[in-house]
Amino acid sequence: MELTDAEVRALESHANDIRKTIIEMLAAAKSGHTSGPLGMADIFAALYFHVLKHDPKNPDWPERDRLMLSNGHITPVRYAAMAHAGYFPVEECLTLRKFGSRLQGHPERERLPGLETTSGPLGSGLSQAAGYAYAARMDGKTFRVFCAMSDGEQEEGNTWEAAMFAAKYRLTNLTGIMDRNNIQIDGNTEDVMPLEPMGDKYRAFNWHVIEIDGHNIPQFIAACDESKSIREKPTLILAHTTPGKGIPQIENDYRWHGAPPGKGPTDKIPADKQRDVFLEELKKAV
Amino acid sequence: MINPDAKLAANIFDKPDMAPTRDGFGKGSVEAGESDDRVVVLTADLAESTRADSFQKTFPERFIQVGVAEQNLATVGAGMANYGKIPFITSYATFSPGRNWEQIRTTIAINNVPVKVCGMHAGLLTGPDGATHQALEDIALMRVLPHFLVISPCDAEEGRKATVAAAKTGTPVYLRFARDKTPVMTTPETPFTIGKAIVMWKSEKPKVAIFATGPLLHNALLTARELEGQGINTTVTNVHTIKPLDEETIVALARDAGAAVSVEEHQINGGLGGAIAELLAKKCPTPMEFVGVQDQFGQSGEPKELLEHYGLGVSHIVDAVKKALARK
Repeated sequence: MELTDAEVRALESHANDIRKTIIEMLAAAKSGHTSGPLGMADIFAALYFHVLKHDPKNPDWPERDRLMLSNGHITPVRYAAMAHAGYFPVEECLTLRKFGSRLQGHPERERLPGLETTSGPLGSGLSQAAGYAYAARMDGKTFRVFCAMSDGEQEEGNTWEAAMFAAKYRLTNLTGIMDRNNIQIDGNTEDVMPLEPMGDKYRAFNWHVIEIDGHNIPQFIAACDESKSIREKPTLILAHTTPGKGIPQIENDYRWHGAPPGKGPTDKIPADKQRDVFLEELKKAV
Repeated sequence: MINPDAKLAANIFDKPDMAPTRDGFGKGSVEAGESDDRVVVLTADLAESTRADSFQKTFPERFIQVGVAEQNLATVGAGMANYGKIPFITSYATFSPGRNWEQIRTTIAINNVPVKVCGMHAGLLTGPDGATHQALEDIALMRVLPHFLVISPCDAEEGRKATVAAAKTGTPVYLRFARDKTPVMTTPETPFTIGKAIVMWKSEKPKVAIFATGPLLHNALLTARELEGQGINTTVTNVHTIKPLDEETIVALARDAGAAVSVEEHQINGGLGGAIAELLAKKCPTPMEFVGVQDQFGQSGEPKELLEHYGLGVSHIVDAVKKALARK
């Protein structure tokens, strides 16, 4: 079903709120990753406010859709999306990475309800999601399993073991969502380890591949709908995104992959101004 | 003498029945599958030699082949356990938990989901395949992981019981199995409780407490019998559960004897001996000798000649007991 303009604008507004929270929580934590979470804010807004079948007040609801986050370092976007969706108070986001917090630097399943799994070490999310989807299908469950992952972690062999497994067992209840933002810690992906042709790789592994603009919420929602109708194959939504999206001064700059506001490169914005400048930029976007 | 409470096989010293401990996994996994339909078995292209094929034949719809991909084996298993299944993941111990240790740590141990990691072909009993396939480090790898239980059965019958018990713990478990046929010492009547060591040989006023794990337990019993003839009384305890250790039993036996010897088909660093030494240093400092592989890799050969070459034969355990005794 097509979204109305008002619905799209509402989702974009949620994405902007999520971005602001990401900046505030990373600045408070004084550590963590900035580019990836900002780049995935539109998709996480769409997931938590439209796509996922879930209940923030009952995170263990057995029939919920499962969202596995494979690249655990972008977990601020998930925490922020969950908080805005009502899983916990938004203020708790400011405890990110602090002692005793449920919001660990990399997500831990047992610490916070709704996380589904523990991740951080890269390349192991897709196979967990595949195992989960396989087990759910054994019992005739109808929920979907989504796995959000990065492009950099496609360099891990475990990812391709999972790609083969999911295709062999025709896991139609599994949707992979790849954040194709072209950066990783050490540089641009095509310099560190060329990944193209990314879509063809998954097609060759017998996946159904849908390429989208990861900041176009209607496109993402349409891709999720399409993945439900695909027979005999798992689906990969290959989402082309802009790392650092929403803050022009840092967009596409890999140096912001692992730096928080206040500790990033200072050639454009002094460190002590980074948080406030970023929040100003996000205000303009509304 | 043999402890009658252990209800061991009558032919334990005289032409014992022979079977590989992995056969116990084959039988035990089928039993576990019969009593709980959440049990699933995964393998990484080693269905026959891990004995996962027993489960495969009985429950084909609950058997999952993941191909030669041990990282996938662990993580697909983690995903299935996270959903609510009880997966036994099978491969050779050098590959799983050898190759996929980080995946086990993150997706099974930190996640705290009940995957049962079954490492086959552990120890020198792997024989002609050589050093690459003889896991001598797996106990060390697994006993440092929080949430994991570590079990090393002494024979096929105990392997069966351990597998059935592991299915019921609700926790991650590491189970260690061997390739070659070894004496079946225990019987269906022999008690088995995870975390409860079994005293298998008990002489009057023992002077040394021998603690053994895995099939080498048979050599430990042969040692006890030989030493008794020389007037040196010992106890031999089957420490099938390395984590959690049966602290009470081990400390009591070590205190009573005043000297201890550990016996295992594993590197001397980080295995059963290490675990017991850590315990005794804390609760009952005791002179101790360590029978195990002395910080080196194995090689091709027949299991028996390898055990002799690497110092795990009866004569070596006899020597270790005498050394421990001399240090009292």
